[in-house]
Amino acid sequence: MRGTQLQRRRPPRRLVRRFLAHRPAVASLVVLTIVVVAAFAVPLVWQYSYADITPDSSVPPSLDHPFGTDNLGHDAFAQVLRGIQRSLEISVLVALVSGLVGTVWGSLAGYYGGRVDSLLMRTCDLVLTLPLLAVAAVLANATSGSWWLVALVLSALSWALIARVVRGVVLSVREKEFIEAARALGSTDLRIIATHVVPNVVGPVTVTVTILLSTAILAETALSYLGFGVQAPDVSLGLLVSASSTAVSTRPWLFYFPGLFIIVIALAVNFIGDGLREALDPKQNRVRR
Amino acid sequence: MLIYGLRRLVVSVPIVFMSTFLVFVMVSLSGDPLANLKSRTPPVSPQVIAVEGRRLHLDHPLLERYAMWLGGIVRGDFGPSVAANERIGPEIVARLGVTLRLIAAAFVLALLLAVVAGVISALKQHTWWDHGLSFLAFVSLAMPSFWFAVLLKDGGVQLNAAFGRQIFSTVGERSVVAPDGVVPRSLDVLGHLVLPTLALAIVSFGAWSRYQRASMLDVLTSDYIRLARAKGLSRRRVIVRHALRNALIPLVTVTALDAAALLSGAVLVETVFQWRGMGDYLVVAIKRTDVYAVMAWLVIAATAVVVFNLVADLLYGMLDPRIRGERR
Repeated sequence: MRGTQLQRRRPPRRLVRRFLAHRPAVASLVVLTIVVVAAFAVPLVWQYSYADITPDSSVPPSLDHPFGTDNLGHDAFAQVLRGIQRSLEISVLVALVSGLVGTVWGSLAGYYGGRVDSLLMRTCDLVLTLPLLAVAAVLANATSGSWWLVALVLSALSWALIARVVRGVVLSVREKEFIEAARALGSTDLRIIATHVVPNVVGPVTVTVTILLSTAILAETALSYLGFGVQAPDVSLGLLVSASSTAVSTRPWLFYFPGLFIIVIALAVNFIGDGLREALDPKQNRVRR
Repeated sequence: MLIYGLRRLVVSVPIVFMSTFLVFVMVSLSGDPLANLKSRTPPVSPQVIAVEGRRLHLDHPLLERYAMWLGGIVRGDFGPSVAANERIGPEIVARLGVTLRLIAAAFVLALLLAVVAGVISALKQHTWWDHGLSFLAFVSLAMPSFWFAVLLKDGGVQLNAAFGRQIFSTVGERSVVAPDGVVPRSLDVLGHLVLPTLALAIVSFGAWSRYQRASMLDVLTSDYIRLARAKGLSRRRVIVRHALRNALIPLVTVTALDAAALLSGAVLVETVFQWRGMGDYLVVAIKRTDVYAVMAWLVIAATAVVVFNLVADLLYGMLDPRIRGERR
């Protein structure tokens, strides 16, 4: 028993080493960590709160206001930090909810197969036919635009993607000998799913969820731009960009900074996803030529 | 192959039906189409509101409304719009033309850029060319499309201001007062197309160029390329005639599948450049709970998805003879 446990411990360490070999991913992880920590820590010590209305209106970036101020006098630095918090919260919630629902859904479909499978997967197909932007806009328009409702709307439209990935993995795992062995030893379905199927699914799910994180950030920005996302006085990166998009020439700083952070976050998350995929599936990563 | 495609089409029909039903219910429950009328000052008389409600079939239960809508669609009738003086059918057809122009131009541009970038990346793998182009692709994937669109628009505006004359058109799909004559009018439309096309193309460019790079790398390592080189064919000939042709097959199908997604991208780009296209129509319709107008957008979008899926399937079969036997 001890031997097998040691065997099971080893792959993660190799995985970490492979991930560390992917330089863009490591750099991205560092950048993302800095951004996240800054977004949540700096507001505690920064002189202005995102809601403060300072006497300086429409001033360009300066030492006092590193990102400038808007026409009402809001400190853009505080607002961008707040926006990063919101956008991260939304995307993480989307990733968690759709990751969880998708994993359970896909596992059930893949494990039980047959009629359960077709019923569950047809539901997925149905959800995947819905055009994300349009339906999210409809749903978000009906709800009041608080950030977690926006996140739930996005989750409701993206879990099916994960379910499909999970089902594929489960289908291939289901027929393996160790499942058969577990069943012969009298394991219940639930136990087999929890101890044998789920660990195999973790890798692909992590990769898909990572990609979903950046999709969610971009979707939130798009929704907010069209007026269906997070609503003022709340602040999100998408809202900041859309609010400033009509006055790019007069107050460019309000437009560039939140946009740059969206790009940096989405870019970092994508690279991390790439690194994870290559670490988890070295077969795809063979050196060509 | 055609039969295979048709079978796929038949299978997708019930899903599309369910999908329209789901959206119909969601939009109907998302708000009150009469809210605007009811909140007017001075108040509109209840009779008028009742008449308006009847015109929008609001006196029927939801399921019946869906059935009526479905019956209408079969006859080519999109149903009544909240805007009493607008007919959805002609309106959406006119707007479809505008949007298709944008999508077609962006599609071609994105495809060209993606193939060129992908091939260069693959041929010069692990060089600065490759790194630079890959980084560009990743940035385009991480960039909110409307952010880039606003950036382009602002760049255009500033350029115009700097030169003191209109170089780039930044508002609308054509001039409000169209110039006389066919040639000036076409040039006017083309001029308005430049920046939005670029903005929309960049969205697809990222994913497609990565795809092209991967498939090109795949092909370049294959035996038949080595054989072609061993036969003594020139590197250039091998790359163009043997490698590129085969590497294009997967890309073509992916682009056909993605083409429908451009319709969503167009929603944002049209909003930025204030085009009166399908996207703008959708946004306005959602805001005023114009159920039938949203449904009209959806039907067209769904049709586009189904058609492009079919095209992708057929293209795949046509381009790659190996597929024909296997896929049954």
